[in-house]
Amino acid sequence: MADEEQQFEQERQSLEVDIACVGFGPAMGGFLTTLSQKLAADSDHPLESAVMTGMPLQVICYERADDPGFGVSGVVTRARGIRSTLPDLDPSQIPMATPVSQEKVLYLLDPVGASRRSLGLRTADAAIKAFRWMLPVDHDALELPYTPDFLRKHDGLVMSIGQFNQWVASQLMTSGLVQIWPAMPVQQALIENDAVVGVRMVDQGVDRQGKPDAGYMPGMDIKAALTVVGDGPVSPVGRQLDERFGMPPGHEKHDWAVGMKAVIELPEHVDLKPGTVFHSFGYPEPEIFGFFYVHPERVATVGIFVPSWFDSPVRTAYRYLQHFMMHPYFWRYLKGGTLKSWGAKSLQESGKRGEPFLAGNGYARIGEGSGSTNVLTGSGVDEAWTTGTQLAESVVELLRAGQKFTRENLERTYVQRRRRSWVEKEGRVAEHARDGFQRGVISGLIGMGLAGMTGGRVSLHLETKAPHERLRSPEQFFASRLSAQELANIRRHCTQTNTPLHDAVMEACGWPAIPFDGKLLITHQDALLMGGKVQAPAGYADHVSFRDAHVCELCGARTCIEICSGQAITPGENGVPAFDREKCVHCGACLWNCSQADANGVTNLEFRAGAGGLHSAQN
Amino acid sequence: MPDPLQTLEPVTGVGLPALKNEMMLPAVLDPWAGHALYEAANLAKKVPGSKVYLVSLGQKAKLQQVMMTIAQKVSFELVAIDGPASGFTDAHEVAPALAAAIMAIPGIDKSRLLLFGGWESASRGAGATMQILGEILGITDQFEGVDEITVQDDGSFQVLERVEGGKHQVSTCAGTPAVLGWATGNLGEPRNDPQVGMANMRTVMPALQRAKPAKVAAEGVLYGRVELPKQQRNTRIVKDMPADQIAREIIEWISQK
Repeated sequence: MADEEQQFEQERQSLEVDIACVGFGPAMGGFLTTLSQKLAADSDHPLESAVMTGMPLQVICYERADDPGFGVSGVVTRARGIRSTLPDLDPSQIPMATPVSQEKVLYLLDPVGASRRSLGLRTADAAIKAFRWMLPVDHDALELPYTPDFLRKHDGLVMSIGQFNQWVASQLMTSGLVQIWPAMPVQQALIENDAVVGVRMVDQGVDRQGKPDAGYMPGMDIKAALTVVGDGPVSPVGRQLDERFGMPPGHEKHDWAVGMKAVIELPEHVDLKPGTVFHSFGYPEPEIFGFFYVHPERVATVGIFVPSWFDSPVRTAYRYLQHFMMHPYFWRYLKGGTLKSWGAKSLQESGKRGEPFLAGNGYARIGEGSGSTNVLTGSGVDEAWTTGTQLAESVVELLRAGQKFTRENLERTYVQRRRRSWVEKEGRVAEHARDGFQRGVISGLIGMGLAGMTGGRVSLHLETKAPHERLRSPEQFFASRLSAQELANIRRHCTQTNTPLHDAVMEACGWPAIPFDGKLLITHQDALLMGGKVQAPAGYADHVSFRDAHVCELCGARTCIEICSGQAITPGENGVPAFDREKCVHCGACLWNCSQADANGVTNLEFRAGAGGLHSAQN
Repeated sequence: MPDPLQTLEPVTGVGLPALKNEMMLPAVLDPWAGHALYEAANLAKKVPGSKVYLVSLGQKAKLQQVMMTIAQKVSFELVAIDGPASGFTDAHEVAPALAAAIMAIPGIDKSRLLLFGGWESASRGAGATMQILGEILGITDQFEGVDEITVQDDGSFQVLERVEGGKHQVSTCAGTPAVLGWATGNLGEPRNDPQVGMANMRTVMPALQRAKPAKVAAEGVLYGRVELPKQQRNTRIVKDMPADQIAREIIEWISQK
């Protein structure tokens, strides 16, 4: 690469700022909002930039997506941290936001008979059906008589994360104290002598393999006294720091999920009250949890979480989302609706157990990638926001005291604030709450219940495995449902038609074909077109690649193809998957769905920094 | 592919129509205005002593979002005018507001002005704003649908304007001042450059804070009715149908509309 850079005669430029921030999401929103508030509150004694004499503090946030409103999740949150930062918050000023009005937890029965249910669940289903006359069963769903306290969001908000992020970004820009630059992917942290000294942007003007091409511009180095890493669970800087500095003893990031959602305009006859929240489990597979949130103006966000401990190697989120929407409990509201937006993202579901070192020399980590998500309460946005506010308070404290951003100083301020907060307290309750899912759904639910009811004093402490250690081949996983011959025929057909296995396998297992209606039930490819627009600006390298083609050739699972949220990874020549950047929604699910790992646990699929992603007006 | 605009509805706002959920629309510079800016910056780089001002009318929050993206691409100084972002402002009101803002730029020399803009910007496709703006400023050399400008050694410049039939009309203009309403030009979108962004952002925020509200609330303009073009989407999934037959059916479907 060095020779090629010389050939293109481009020097790598550099820029100095005071604070460089990576990724704009709820955590960074909390950080920048609090920082702006504190800087504005003491404008008589402004903090001067150390890199530009006479100028105010230079704080710049780099975001990979083309717009701060890229987030792809409907969310219900208690918004305790958000309201603490913004006490005058008026939800009506944020598009698609509204207070929670009612909340139900549903256990969904299987109306089609194709779901993989254990003997225990089948027995429970039979009992529910037998006693449906005396149980709150409605449209093949058991409405739990109450919502456990740890799950309740009764005083919270239903929001769209995309709209919330966009709104926060607008407020920040109004302050003029911090800058947010979208469409600027960060490639890596710059590390010198075990200190982070800034970040390097992604090279532009390169070919798909990353080699210099027309208009080559090496990614600029941004030097900063403090680098704030809030780039989420799958982005490159956080993973680089995990690799470089390791994880604290006993911590690992084994639990993942891909969340996929659709924003739907409900039919005119539907009169669900804005703020209605349904949490569900049990269907389309027992391992898949679902949600249905009602926004103002007859719009709903409907989605599912497909976890890494659901061991199916053909675990397609898109097809399962369609079956979820068609469950009778929801279909009565959704039938006749119109898809307005669609998207997916990875969730780091190890929570507190996946917490890395929160701070080091020159850097601090906030948000989901820092293990803030509470996996018991199913809450991440408010926790992420709060970690950002805690860091901002600490940063101002250190700057006012003239102290440097060393590991010791950041631990004394930021980490201690976090340890004393409700985020930590509730995170500890949740730390082992989901361990039981490693053994199955029923043990998982029992574990959650125990942890939730006892405040974490009792929970199942089980060893967890990385996804690649759990994944099996389709032949192994479906042995009880499909014969070797049936699977061989499906493989042959899919190879001939160059298609993933999941549709054919699911239909062979009894799942009915999807009755496409062109409005809501549409093909996966149509969802890419109707649900938003994938931005894939030219001049950037492919951010998904395969380290060793031979390993892919021998892989029997190729779960990366099956899980791909945008069908960007498809069957390729000689068994090596092909990647199409123009379909990638940057959910990052392929990263943790590669079943082929080396002795160090490094998987064969490489997921690097990339530009673009899925954008929609109604994320 | 549905445009986000098509998913929204016009509603009655205060004084003039607005778009339902207007704040949910992405904030972007339209492609014509974008190319006008990139062409201006490209030209300014070649002409020492020249400077690019970006005069923009829109809702301040939306202007900020636009700046987040384009401020990284080329150097300019923003002159912001606060106004509605709905697209229902009329060219006859937008143009005087722009003209006033241009003439208020300290030290501006109208005789040396090259006024670049998108030929369909702020006019809902009417192509009127740039022409009216030129008239107000007294600039009579006007070119619309421009794809290229080449400056000669003597200060004159050659302009390629789009004309019917996919051809260009070649004109030579003796010199400034002139109005150029840009089509898409020939330049690619400049790459993001943090240093350019850093320099721009120092002036963008004060400009936004200084932005004066413009009187473009449709005084004297009456909107009788506004509506979106009807979507004509008709999806049918077919298998193994010959391409000729698919083409025949599409033609038949279009003919029915």
